[in-house]
Formats: sequence, C-alpha cells, structure tokens
Amino acid sequence: MTTSQRRIRVLLGKPGLDGHDQGAKVVVRAMMDAGFEVIYTGLRQTPEQIARIALEEDVDVISLSSMAGSHLPFCRKLKPLLEADGLADKLWVIGGNLPAQDHQALRELGFKGIFPSGTKLDAITEYIRREVK
Amino acid sequence: MSARTEKPAVKTVINESGIEVKALYTAEDVAASGGMAMVGEPGQYPFTRGIHREMYRKQPWTMRQYAGFGNPADTNKRFKYLIANGQTGLNVAFDLPTQIGLDSDDPLAEGEIGRVGMSIDTLRDFEIAFDGIDLKKITVSLTINGAAAILIAMYLAMAEKRGYDLKDLRGTAQNDILKEFIGRGTWIFPVEPSIRLVGDTIEYCAKEAPKYTPVSVCGYHIRESGATPAQEIAYAFCIAKAYADDAIRRGLPVDEFAGRLSYNFNIFGNIFEQVTKFRAARGLWAKIMKEQYGAEKPGSMWLRMIAAGGGGGLTFEQPEVNIVRGAYYALISALSGTQTMALCSYDEAYTIPTEYSARISLRTMQLLIEEMGMTETVDPLAGSFYVETMTNEMRRKMEEIMAEVDAAGGIVKMVAEGSIQAKVSAQAYRMQRKIESGEFPKVGVNCYRNELEEEHPVEFHAYNEEDAQVQIAGLKRIRAERDNGAVTAALSRLRADAAAGSNVMPALVEAVKAYASVGEMTNELVGIFGRYKEPIRF
Repeated sequence: MTTSQRRIRVLLGKPGLDGHDQGAKVVVRAMMDAGFEVIYTGLRQTPEQIARIALEEDVDVISLSSMAGSHLPFCRKLKPLLEADGLADKLWVIGGNLPAQDHQALRELGFKGIFPSGTKLDAITEYIRREVK
Repeated sequence: MSARTEKPAVKTVINESGIEVKALYTAEDVAASGGMAMVGEPGQYPFTRGIHREMYRKQPWTMRQYAGFGNPADTNKRFKYLIANGQTGLNVAFDLPTQIGLDSDDPLAEGEIGRVGMSIDTLRDFEIAFDGIDLKKITVSLTINGAAAILIAMYLAMAEKRGYDLKDLRGTAQNDILKEFIGRGTWIFPVEPSIRLVGDTIEYCAKEAPKYTPVSVCGYHIRESGATPAQEIAYAFCIAKAYADDAIRRGLPVDEFAGRLSYNFNIFGNIFEQVTKFRAARGLWAKIMKEQYGAEKPGSMWLRMIAAGGGGGLTFEQPEVNIVRGAYYALISALSGTQTMALCSYDEAYTIPTEYSARISLRTMQLLIEEMGMTETVDPLAGSFYVETMTNEMRRKMEEIMAEVDAAGGIVKMVAEGSIQAKVSAQAYRMQRKIESGEFPKVGVNCYRNELEEEHPVEFHAYNEEDAQVQIAGLKRIRAERDNGAVTAALSRLRADAAAGSNVMPALVEAVKAYASVGEMTNELVGIFGRYKEPIRF
C-alpha cells in the first residue's frame, strides 16, 4: 500500500504533569506491532520538549496522550512551537480523556486525529497509516 | 452486532490471575487445595475471615469518597457536602502541581492548578481546607505520594495548631512511592531517597503520632496499570516489605510500626476472584508478618485496607451502566471485609465527579449497610467449597509471584530498572486486545452496544480558571506576610538534615509551621536527592 522507503516514525508524548501512562504505553505497543517506529517521551513533557524531540527525531506523526484535562492549554502552547520548527505539515494527533465539546477547539489547533477514550487501537494505527503519505 | 454468540456449555475458564475455575467444587477440592488450615476465626490469626471478631456488626466500613478540586475553599465546601450526606471519612485529592511538589506560581503548574484535586501551597491552605471539620470524628486520608512527607508534616502541624493531641490523632497518608513508579506517576526523587523518605515518615509517626497511618500501600494503581488481581496483592506486599525492611534497618521494632501500615486495593473484576483475593491476602500478610518479621502483636499482622475504586472496570461507553457496576463493586468490597470503602463515580471516565454523581456512590454504599444486610454477619461466604478452594489457590498464586520478584532481585531493583513497569504494561496491552477482539467481554464495549450511541448523560464538572489566580494571589500574600527569616532557617535545616541522612520530618514540620511552601521544601530536597529519571522500557 505505502511506497515510502522508511517506516512511519511516530512521537508519542505525555504532555504536562499527568501521570496516567497506561493508555499511552498500550498505544505505543499497538503502534510498534503495526510496524511503526515509536519514540515514547515518558511523563511530564513541556511543549518545548515535545517540539524539540519531534524536530530532532524527524517524525512523521506527533501524538499526545492526555488524561487529566489540561489538553487545551497545553496544545495552545505547543502549536506555535511546532509551527516555528517547521512541523506544521506533520500529522498531529491526540488521544485520551478528551470531552466531545473540546474536539472542535483541538481541530482548530491543528490536531487532525482525535481519539477519545474508547477508541480501538487498530482505528488509531489505520488512521495514521492512511494519513501519512 | 449486539448479542454475544452462543458458546459451548462447558469450556475452560481461567480467571484473570491465571487460575482455572471449575464448574463445580466439593469438599475434595477444598482438601486438595490445602484444606481449612488458613481459615480460622475472625479476629484471630491468620485473620483470613477478617481482622475483627464482629466486623461490621460493631462498626460498618468507613465511607471515604475521593474528593478535592479548585482551591482549598472550594474543596472545604465539597467536604462539608459529603459529610452532610453521611460520609464518614475524607479522602483528599490534590492537584498535580501539589502532588509533584510545585508551587501554584511555578510556570510548569500553569493550566493544571486545581484541575484534578485541590491546590495546596502552604499550611494556610490546609487551615482553610479543613476548617470546621472535626478531625476526631472524620478521619482524613491524604492521597499524596511524591510530596507525602511534606503534606504529612503539614497535616500534623494543622491538627496541632487546632488543639488536637498528636498522640491520639488518626488519619492516613497514601505515601506509597514505589507504586508511583509503576503506575500513577507522581514521583519526584530517585528511587532510593524516595524509600528513605517513606521510612522517615514511618519512623517519625511511630514516635510522634502513633495512631496516624503514614503509609497505605497501593496494589490499586498497579492493578489499574495492567496487573492481575494476584499480582496486585503480591507486588503490594513486596513493596510493603521494602518499607518495613527500611524501618527495621533504622532499629524500629516491628511491633512499633507494622500496626500502622495499611493497604489500598482495587475492587473491579470477577466477584469471586476479588473476594477470594482479599481473603487470601489477609491470611498471607498475617503469615508474612508473623513468620518473616517476628511480629507478636495481632495488630502488626492485620491487613487493614481500603477496598475501593474500581475505575479500571468502568467504561466510557454507556456510562449510566457504571452505576450498576459500582454497586457490584461495592458488594465485592463489603464481602471482602474491608475497613474502608469508596467508589469511583459513574462519570469518572469523563470528568471529576459532580456532587450528584458523588452522592450516588455514597448512596450505593449506604444501601448495602441499611437495606441489604451486609453488616450483619462476618465473612458470610466462608465455608463455601468454591470460596475456600479459590482462597487457597489465590494465596498460593500470590506466594509464587512474590517468589518470582525475589528471584529477579527484588521489587526495588525491578522498579528502578523499569522491568515491572514493562511487564504490567505488556499485560495491559494484551488485555486491551482481548477486549477489542471480544475475547474478554465488556458490556457496552464489545457486546450489547447501543446501535446508536446517544448523547452520554454526563454533566461535566466545570474547571474554574479563576481559582488558579486566587490560589497564586494567596501564595504571594503568604510569602509577603510570613517571617521569611524563619523560613530560610527552616529550609537550611531541611537541606542539612537531608544531606546528613537524618530524619527530615522534624525540619519539615518546622518549615511548614513557618509557612514555607510545598515548592520551596521540595526544591531543597531535590537539591540533595536529585530527580527521578524514568526508565523507558517496552
């Protein structure tokens, strides 16, 4: 299906102070099983750290896992940093505890893929495979 | 799409802990599994049937819903609401900045203040949060780990200031840092100094506040992170032993501190697996304390616990069904012989609980006490062929897992290298795949789904951005008004004591009383201990 020479590279970041990483780690494993190369940041990443790692690791996908409700303030800070680093053309996705009323705001911040709790793992990996050209 | 497909009448059933469940149990199964030797009488060694003779007939379980949000004044109102509705204890939720030792005006705290719990900077905040609450009648549990030593010092200072005698003060701090490295993630310092801080609190409380429970070892979050029920208990016991070993190295006799250790376990899953898990755990802990540690006082052998929560079993889909799940989990908790019960509210996959959903949880527990006869008779499942066999088998499974941990170099080593984290997250992944494939049934998730997922009937708890500004302004005011000379002196002493390897609790109490902030005290300790670096292993 895909003709790219290299495997899809995904950054999975845990933004802010939230310590709930069970879901993030499960998604990392699903992505690895899907054949992606995954760079998992571990907990407590600042917007600056996530932008820097995304740039240095030359990833195709920047993904965040947020469970503790601070996704909007975090993404507002992250967006200009990613843009400044020339990463606006990468695929930005976010998953976790994301109330439906926040989805539009997340889309407007550039997060194209939104995966609230309850999303199937294959739906995430298939979406990424489809969107990364 | 909805209904599950028919299965053959008899298929092999293996419970989550990995033990085969038979279709029928008889006296022969009980005998083959080890007989009734570990059953005994309630209130007597090995306490399988309960740590007290009369259990709930004498006093029903404490009801202690997890609560806290915004600033201390907001939380004080919620506390009073819950108490007015019949809650008998408090379980305090702190926001993430407080949990990891940041002040509200720290740039890293922005957007997180008061979000998942209440924000605490100084002793003044504790004075507001517990204002008007009788700390003798309502026991308080602090869900705090990385910053536990600081918040315990703050709680003791607040109680003392209000005239309570610390010799009689009851209460609990979660203060189980090893499990934070496995799940939940509110660590601050590296593994070794973190254990030392837990030891400092145990040692200090044994002398200064002997009725206070400085540690509640949590299998709970390890289970939430992917552990099986048997692993939940086994890993928690390994962790508790690490703390006990530290206390013993300090020269504390086991009977001086073991009676103040407590546990926090999870209640979601198969009813019989859960209930036998608790019965097995009680006997095993008593045996460990008696045989391995030479404990003599019965209280040192008691597995005192909160059996609560169940968050890992609740679903995002069809959230109203979680009210019913919660009722079964409460039944599990009651049958388990717990000392304290709390329930995750039905909307917790969406939001922190509203007053409405918290009250439903409270009423669920009250139903068991008032209408269902759950407080009348001790350990009512005892003597069942199935329950006694499974209790024996669960205990054996827990012992096997503990032996595996020992063979791998012990829990402290496994946590430090990240191997236990990798193990439970691999299991969480396998379980998620089983749920998605339908192999592990979840109602509303992989079977009996609603054809059209209608609007979820969940009311969101509103996050108030202004609370953060109020909190920061309060902190600035305290910094301006307090005796900053006394703060500097206390912080210097804290740093010196941390560097010298002395118990830091006296210095923390002094600093807290001078209104030093959580962030200031944490920074002194970071200066000596450094910060934890998370091992990433898959």
